[in-house]
Amino acid sequence: MAVAERQAGEDGIPPTYPITVSVNGKEHEATVEGRTLLVHFIRDTLGLTGTHIGCDTTSCGACTVLLDGRAVKSCAILAVQADAREIRTVEGLETDVLHPVQKGFVEEHGLQCGFCTPGMMLASVDLLEKNPNPTEDEIRHGIAGNLCRCTGYVNIVKAVQFAAKKLQEDGQGGGT
Amino acid sequence: MIPPQFGYFAPSTVDEAVELLERYDGEAKVLAGGMSLIPILKLRLAEPVALVDISRLQDLSYIREEDGWLRIGATTIVNDLHDSDLVREKYPIFHDATSVIADPLVDNMGTVGGNVAHGDPANDLPACMLVLGAQLVAQGPKGSRTIPVREFFVDTFETALEDSEILTEVQVPAPRPRQGNAYMKIEKRAGDFSIAAVAANLVLNRNGTVEDAGIALTSVGPTSLYAEAASNHLAGASPDEATIGRAAELAEEIAEPVSDLRGPAEYKRAMVGVLTRRTLGKALARVGGG
Ligand SMILES: Cc1cc2nc3c(=O)[nH]c(=O)nc-3n(C[C@H](O)[C@H](O)[C@H](O)COP(=O)(O)OP(=O)(O)OC[C@H]3O[C@@H](n4cnc5c(N)ncnc54)[C@H](O)[C@@H]3O)c2cc1C
Repeated sequence: MAVAERQAGEDGIPPTYPITVSVNGKEHEATVEGRTLLVHFIRDTLGLTGTHIGCDTTSCGACTVLLDGRAVKSCAILAVQADAREIRTVEGLETDVLHPVQKGFVEEHGLQCGFCTPGMMLASVDLLEKNPNPTEDEIRHGIAGNLCRCTGYVNIVKAVQFAAKKLQEDGQGGGT
Repeated sequence: MIPPQFGYFAPSTVDEAVELLERYDGEAKVLAGGMSLIPILKLRLAEPVALVDISRLQDLSYIREEDGWLRIGATTIVNDLHDSDLVREKYPIFHDATSVIADPLVDNMGTVGGNVAHGDPANDLPACMLVLGAQLVAQGPKGSRTIPVREFFVDTFETALEDSEILTEVQVPAPRPRQGNAYMKIEKRAGDFSIAAVAANLVLNRNGTVEDAGIALTSVGPTSLYAEAASNHLAGASPDEATIGRAAELAEEIAEPVSDLRGPAEYKRAMVGVLTRRTLGKALARVGGG
């Protein structure tokens, strides 16, 4: 597939780029500026506001999404970088039932204000996909890029442990 | 924060990428993981005319041993280096470093090439490459050339790379018998750049004396620093407490730390000494038999 094919423009630099991004399993075509940030594309163009903007400086992880399955910070990624790739946001976690990670945050009280929660859950999904049976240390390292100012992390760790157990019982990966 | 306007190109070969860099003659910038560059653009500390995205060049993403070298492709992401069994077993210093670079989300984007080419004295991989005597392969309009890493870092954010050159591969000499190495960093909080960090590599002779040594420092100068006098002091000596202590003093002497939010200069210099002793101890413990 053509990746951000150039359009004609002065000094060879096109003002905008057509992109095709799969978001939560659905293909979206859009035209974006080179500088459009992925988080703005997701929130403003697609209206998926579950992806939050926190620090806007790559530190807090509120804007975490999965890009081709890997958890990344969408405030420091360009929308054009996601062209021809797959994004999963918090809205894509639930199927007919809550995702085991979501269930874990409910059952173990893994949130208070909820602002960090979408990012926290997507980082956890990536972690559990790579490491289905993590130790507490590995969980803490796995969510090291996501800041929570309410919980003190204790219940978040428990939520991830709950999800790990549930995923294993259900006999599936961290995926769909 | 929204970056300034720029053009975006996603070339499908290194040649094409080099051509684009040449066409924009110093006005275009390579985009790899973007974990350093995009924050810089958002803060408008740089306003390139165009970005040339090399992260889609899958040909540059690999970790393999070949002809006595560990070869790491420039667009290999930091997390893949971290997850490599080969690297953890035979090049533990890199595993030490990737364990303390940023956080897993940043490391899912950040690349090995970007960590070196950025020329940030706070980046962790350069010191590891300095002590191992790595070399870097750059491709430009006139073809390919190899640059010893000890000649690569010119000044803060300034490297030996020309405007139209792309770093394509990092080459690390395969471990020798009786070699051990380690990297240790002190940080204010998880995922932050270091207050100070030290890399150490040791190769011993059969009789237990040091055949070859390397020490390098992170975050305490305009570039990552190779501590030549400290390294030379170890060579030929027995790696006992007195020798290691003196090497630590020599390492402290070349540090040029500045006082900032991460701590006063005197503290950072003292930490260089502490870390030099600790990393040398850990490197020594890791020296394999044979
Ligand atoms: C919150 C946070 C914490 C961090 N903490 C650490 C840390 O503790 N330790 C650490 O080492 N790093 C840290 N980093 C930096 C991170 O590791 C970066 O990813 C890395 O420094 C740059 O790699 P990149 O692939 O993202 O490069 P980019 O940001 O894409 O590029 C950086 C620069 O290098 C140039 N460049 C990149 N690749 C090439 C190439 N192949 N050839 C020529 N030029 C090239 C670009 O033009 C640009 O000027 C942190 C970053 C963040 C956001």
